Amino acid sequence: MKINDVILRTVVRGVVFIILTLGVYLFFSGHNAPGGGFIGGLVLGSGIVLLYITYDLETVHKRMPFDFKKVAGFGVLLATGSAIGAIFFDAPFLSQTDVYYTFPVLGEKHLTTVTIFEAGVALTVIGTLVTIILSISEDE
Amino acid sequence: MTIEIAIILIPFIMAALIPLFYRRLQRKFIGWIVLVIPVSLFLILTTYIPRIANGEAFSHTYEWIPSFNINFTTYIDGLSLIFSLLITGVGSLVILYSIFYLSMKESLHHFYCYLLLFMGAMLGVVFSDNLMVLYAFWELTSVSSFLLIAFWHHRKASRAGARKSMTITVSGGLSMLLGFLMLYTMTGTFSIREILENVDKISEQALFIPALVLILLGAFTKSAQFPFHIWLPDAMEAPTPVSAYLHSATMVKAGIYLVARFTPVFGGEMIWFWAVTGVGLITLFWGSFNAVRQYDLKAILAYSTVSQLGLIMSLLGLGSVAVHLGYSTSSVIYTQATFAALFHLINHSTFKGALFMMVGIVDHEIGTRDIRRLGGLMSILPFTFTIALIGCFSMAGLPPFNGFLSKEMFFAATVKITKLDIYSIESIGILIPVIAWVASVLTFIYCVIIVSKTFLGKIKPDISEKNPHEAPVGMLISPFVLIGLVIIIFFFPNILGEYILRPAMASVYPTFPLAEMTPHIHPWHGFKPELFMTIGVILIGILLYRYKKYWMKIYRIFPQQWTLNAIYEKVITSSENMSESITKRYMTGNLMHYFVYIYVSFVVIVAGTFLVLEAFTWDPSSDAPVENYELLLVFVAIFASFALLFAKSRITAVLLNGVVGYAVAFFFVIFRAPDLALTQLVVESVTTALYLICFKYLAELKPEPSSRKTKLSNGLISILVGSTVTLIGLAVVNYEKFNSISSYFEDSYNLAGGKNIVNTILGDFRAFDTMLEVVVLFIAGLGVYTLIKLKASKKGDADT
Repeated sequence: MKINDVILRTVVRGVVFIILTLGVYLFFSGHNAPGGGFIGGLVLGSGIVLLYITYDLETVHKRMPFDFKKVAGFGVLLATGSAIGAIFFDAPFLSQTDVYYTFPVLGEKHLTTVTIFEAGVALTVIGTLVTIILSISEDE
Repeated sequence: MTIEIAIILIPFIMAALIPLFYRRLQRKFIGWIVLVIPVSLFLILTTYIPRIANGEAFSHTYEWIPSFNINFTTYIDGLSLIFSLLITGVGSLVILYSIFYLSMKESLHHFYCYLLLFMGAMLGVVFSDNLMVLYAFWELTSVSSFLLIAFWHHRKASRAGARKSMTITVSGGLSMLLGFLMLYTMTGTFSIREILENVDKISEQALFIPALVLILLGAFTKSAQFPFHIWLPDAMEAPTPVSAYLHSATMVKAGIYLVARFTPVFGGEMIWFWAVTGVGLITLFWGSFNAVRQYDLKAILAYSTVSQLGLIMSLLGLGSVAVHLGYSTSSVIYTQATFAALFHLINHSTFKGALFMMVGIVDHEIGTRDIRRLGGLMSILPFTFTIALIGCFSMAGLPPFNGFLSKEMFFAATVKITKLDIYSIESIGILIPVIAWVASVLTFIYCVIIVSKTFLGKIKPDISEKNPHEAPVGMLISPFVLIGLVIIIFFFPNILGEYILRPAMASVYPTFPLAEMTPHIHPWHGFKPELFMTIGVILIGILLYRYKKYWMKIYRIFPQQWTLNAIYEKVITSSENMSESITKRYMTGNLMHYFVYIYVSFVVIVAGTFLVLEAFTWDPSSDAPVENYELLLVFVAIFASFALLFAKSRITAVLLNGVVGYAVAFFFVIFRAPDLALTQLVVESVTTALYLICFKYLAELKPEPSSRKTKLSNGLISILVGSTVTLIGLAVVNYEKFNSISSYFEDSYNLAGGKNIVNTILGDFRAFDTMLEVVVLFIAGLGVYTLIKLKASKKGDADT
């Protein structure tokens, strides 16, 4: 049965950008304001899932040629790697540090190593979420 | 990083590198590259010989887990040097041999990777001063041995042998761990040297004897002592280089090492003397007795290894008498047994290594190891015959080979011990030389069998048809080096004694003056009992070999179902059956049952803790007043939950579940927790979407056909779970059993550099949880993926 989903497609086309932007915003706003790796990853992941639900697999895959299993794996490596990385600076496992750095155009920014850790969390969440939903819905 | 630590780590590093680069290499080069490691380690270790012979010892501590007294302490003294030289020396020869032995088609990278893993672990065992580190390396040798025995894992016998050796050696290792922990409780240290300093204080304690027994169990299982020896013959399924290396020259000697290492601690006890000597002698006899009736050349060598290990073990037992007697001019003579043990340890590695390589060549060139199908190979394999002849004569204890020297010292030690009148030796001590002599006769017989059945007599027709030829030079180098050592050691034994054995004696008898403990080794020492014993062995051995068919009947006396192997099988199968039946009883496959387990244990643990600790406190006085809209939300959530119970279709159920979730999210909004609210909303949406996707796979929702009793008990459990959670919620506000950690979170900006408490908890304060949760999430995702894809591919197989 082919259902008429013009409305859905039209709405999604606009909404997805808002969701994805929100996801990215949430990811970066973390640590000082609501947001962070986990919630950012969840929002991004659900946005991607929405795309998959609205359009078919091939169309989305053509635009986003990622293997989400690998995305998740990379996320785990990033998170554990940033944790282990601290050891090499003679700090305890999972130590984080931060620094204020003045960029030429952007001005002073707060840089933290926890961002790397959070990026790992976010990537794992996105990868796992999409992998689970895709593999269940692909299974015929 | 000192050289000592590097010596242990280099094999591991190489083992980790092999999988990375083996694809870019031509296969024949892997072995040569790997060979560099043991050869260079051997050369490095030889530079220690003169310094250690001067009485130095090398120690280096790297603090690993100082809070648990676990430090990576390496300690090189005379005893560990002997073993490390054997590990790297025999290791080099074995790798050289296996380059030619293994076909290029085998998965060579696995083989060398495991072999290096073993080498590193074994070096770790002999160099570790810390008992916990020693234990870790000890078990690692079992693991790598398991991998190597199962190297040809398509064979059922290989897998069974690997499992057997793993089961026996690891359970022995566990009991040894227990013994180590007892030593730690008594002395407060894991360092062997510090334990040695406290020997006088611990020998009176209650745990002393249990620790002794448990540690001996570890040593006996590893060194294949009776009745644990049954794993060693089965381990012969491994490729022959592995058998030569692990199961005759090095790994099985770890138990010997342990006994020698702990002789200064436990050696003064009678139980130690009788356990080590007695088990050693029984093993010596039983191994040689069984070796005589084997048909497989490798099985003969396996039982012969068991028997020789028993010989070394019993010598260590005999030598421990000296620890009990303490130093005096009359007691120092008994240390010679230990000297003979260390001497025979080296001799055994040389001749047995060569013999295993000889069997490998026969197997490789002829295609069988069954002595009933072999014969007359002398003319076809002349060099191999030389190896076999010299190796077997040395093992039988004939001159002019090194086995003769250590065998004579063994006889001398057994005779000497009968003169003592402690430990009730005066009554049963006479058995010691008798058993030793009988076992040596049997040893002589199977040595003759190996040589005569394989190399003498007529060539069997099916062998001559294949037109076999001598092995390539590369395969002959290693055994010839070992055979060369067999002869060189006979002619110059005192160089070995002076530089290598004597420093090791200092490790076993730290309180004895070193100069008096080094006997001068003579091939000829007059008409003494040991000489007559050797002559007797040869004469009776030849007679018994000639009339073998008349007395071979005695092997049939033992009933088949009571052999050790049969008992082992019985124990294994019955425990498998038992665990299966127990598991089947609770793993029903019914999701409802699993929920019951989870929730009941939750209630029991949490509510039980509340009851036992009397931790439940509820003080509503400081709570904020409850607003009407909050009540409304509560009502919505409760109503949705109740409605959920009576939902007729899945869609309704999922949507109602969503209502509960969104109501909770609203609570988060009301209580100003935007992070939680956002997360809850997104999670709720995604779960609902997931449910909807899954629906097409689920059957129609039907009412559960469960009995009234089940319904009641399930209802009770759910009420209990709900009340427990409610109690936690109420109690958590005023809970005072532990100090609150929220002060950390309030200071999050200074401590963690973030103003959002939730984020600093996730990414900083409790980052360890987050990290592991990420890993768990990933594993769960992979689990879902593989479950679905695996099922799909199976279906595909069925279709085609």
